[in-house]
Amino acid sequence: MGHLFTPSILRLVLPVLYAVVIVAVLPLMAGYIVLMERKVMADMQARLGPMRVGPHGLLQPIADAVKLLLKEDIIPEKADRLLFWLAPLVSVTMALLAYAALPIGPAFQIADLNIGLLFILAVSSLGIYGIVLGGWASNSHYSLLGALRSAAQLVSYETAAGLGLISALLLAGSLSMKDIVMAQYDQGMWFIFYVPIGFFIYMVGSIAETNRAPFDLPEAESELVAGYMTEYSGFRWSLYFLAEYANMIIVAGIATTLFLGGWLRPFASYHDHMPGTSIEFLDALPALLVLGVALYCFFLAPKQPVKIQKLVMGLVGGLCLAIAGILAGSLFASPGVLQGVHGAFWFMAKVFGYLYCFLWFRFTFPRYRFDQLMRLGWRFLIPLALVNLITMAVALLMSREWGWSLRLTSILAVVVTLAVAMWLAKNDEVDSVVPVAESE
Amino acid sequence: MSDPRTTELTNVSTTVLGADEIILNMGPQHPSTHGVLRVKLKLDGERVVDSECIIGYLHRGVEKIAEHRSYQQFAPYVDRMDYVAAVSNGLGYCEAVEKLLGTEAPLRARVVRTILTELQRIASHLLWLGTHALDIGALTPVFYCFREREEILKIFEKYCGARLTTHAFRIGGLQYETYDGFEQDVKRFCDDFTHRIDEYETLLTENRIWVGRTKGVGILSAADAIALGVTGPVLRASGVKWDLRKAMPYAAYDLYKFEIPTRETGDTYDRYVVRMEEMRQSRLICLQAIENIPTGPIMARIGKVLKPPPGEVYHSIEAPKGELGYYIVSDGTTQPYRVRVRPPSFINLQAFDKMARGSLVADVVAIIGTIDIVLGEVDR
Repeated sequence: MGHLFTPSILRLVLPVLYAVVIVAVLPLMAGYIVLMERKVMADMQARLGPMRVGPHGLLQPIADAVKLLLKEDIIPEKADRLLFWLAPLVSVTMALLAYAALPIGPAFQIADLNIGLLFILAVSSLGIYGIVLGGWASNSHYSLLGALRSAAQLVSYETAAGLGLISALLLAGSLSMKDIVMAQYDQGMWFIFYVPIGFFIYMVGSIAETNRAPFDLPEAESELVAGYMTEYSGFRWSLYFLAEYANMIIVAGIATTLFLGGWLRPFASYHDHMPGTSIEFLDALPALLVLGVALYCFFLAPKQPVKIQKLVMGLVGGLCLAIAGILAGSLFASPGVLQGVHGAFWFMAKVFGYLYCFLWFRFTFPRYRFDQLMRLGWRFLIPLALVNLITMAVALLMSREWGWSLRLTSILAVVVTLAVAMWLAKNDEVDSVVPVAESE
Repeated sequence: MSDPRTTELTNVSTTVLGADEIILNMGPQHPSTHGVLRVKLKLDGERVVDSECIIGYLHRGVEKIAEHRSYQQFAPYVDRMDYVAAVSNGLGYCEAVEKLLGTEAPLRARVVRTILTELQRIASHLLWLGTHALDIGALTPVFYCFREREEILKIFEKYCGARLTTHAFRIGGLQYETYDGFEQDVKRFCDDFTHRIDEYETLLTENRIWVGRTKGVGILSAADAIALGVTGPVLRASGVKWDLRKAMPYAAYDLYKFEIPTRETGDTYDRYVVRMEEMRQSRLICLQAIENIPTGPIMARIGKVLKPPPGEVYHSIEAPKGELGYYIVSDGTTQPYRVRVRPPSFINLQAFDKMARGSLVADVVAIIGTIDIVLGEVDR
């Protein structure tokens, strides 16, 4: 059997395996992000959230998925049948395609393209076709308005988000996702600390790109019922849903890779920069964290009201225990395995941290109005992103030409950019006093 | 719903760009028309060119029912008009009939009525705040508001057994004495509530998005408001200091000190501020009233069969949503000859077109929310 695992065959087989894993696991993950969303929402709104299906609602996503699959599939009579059928497929295909270049840990990446970031951005922005076509094909006013809003919003905020990303790319000097992470390892600092404003701009832009509150105008429930998805039901609707959550993970993955050190552990390269510090105990942290979760599950299991819930809680605890075992076991394996397994853990931890912020914003802020959204994008974020880019470029130049520390020059760049941001915000305030009704 | 790609069903009026207007039908099933209101909007892009409210989906003929019921029998029906402020409806009706009979409820009854009505005002405003914030996209305040509203409903439940359509008052006074611990319950609620309302304000009042979404939206000038017959917080936000609790005191309002909050601009933000302040003032009235509830009878001596002398009466109170008036004509029998209700929601809703014209679709839901309508009362 040994000849089966030659490097050349592995190079072919592994990506296919990864792709299958991603396509199989992603819908499940999207479902559990929905559960997390509902639980976080419940926590912020002084209630419990899903509690009935499984212990603490742990089986709710599965019940929801089954319900959606069994639902009647309705195509409105006057809809454009072909486009109506095609649109959700476009959305979900593009969202899944973007995972091809996303590195979930150093080992877990389908393809390390040299233009990885560009590929992800290009493919995920093709997803807008699914939304616009769906809104158009439904032949309903609400859908049409939602689709129009979506098109305008994505074009505007992708510009801002892209400019925010470029400020980090200046530091990385590469578009390959792997090289970007390794650049952060070599420089001993996550890029968020060099370009915090770039991170902020990308964060705002990415919320708008994924149509999440407070920028969820294309599907604003209280205005457009469900926006472009109004006429969709059953499985087609769930494809849109899957695309939305897949896109959320993608933008979180991009932010993690570019700004938050990708799969790197906190203080990953400390032993290079500060020899003699014993910070390596952090390697044990993932295993201990998951072990804690497992023990908590075992603690809760006997307290569940129904026998089946006790069982499920115990199983969840066992699963966590197994993961903790893998994480702990990889500590004693070869460095490659250690990095692969722990890299995936840290990457997912950062992605979920980023997604938590998404949820937090959603439950805190009211929704922007369309003209306000556009004003924020074009008159605040894009100018700010340009200024941030220029100041960061100057900072980089200063450190390269004059040998100043990049940490110092980047702080200078941030101060200058913040001053500009304040000026922009002040200008914006003066303009926005004019009421909409009178501006005609 | 008409086809957006054809223009045959829309009124063709070509704009500068040569684009046509579309007609958007909001409701009667829509998440934020607060029941079964239907609004037909003529849109130019997302801007509202014209609007029309279509009502009547919840018409139950309440006024006609009154003509076939005795005076006491009709009292529970009024609770079903503004069903989120049933206590206020009952107060208006009972006082109108008392006026027709030429009698008045004893002081103790009037004080208890005042307390319950003010609690109801807070509950009604809380529901408004939650749903209004929800319409504008803030998902969380509605749950906080329901948490406090629940406390008020519990007090109602303990007092008369019902939470929503309470039928708390009787013609001539009260049927039930207050329960043991009534004062403490109200006091506990009032003590907590002052912190709770600060909590809502931290979420909304100075939030940039909230201010952006409400300031300058749906402006209603004082002259327009008066011309349209608008009352309640909507009128006061336009700068008119008119509150029936002060202008024509009823129940026991002349005994207590409170302010009438007003604002100048008359936009959605001002109406928000006015209602928030009104909740604080209602809390103060409750606190003053429970300090000293007079002893004595709770029911006037009016007899079992009510036969008011022939004649007519109009009596109005300041309900949470505005002036709630009852016009009752008696022909000397046990049943009213005619009952006409002046519902604040119905008349305030007439200002909708004035406020909505020239605004965006997103503002329309904010404006529907800010008028604070209950369709049960609009349609009756």
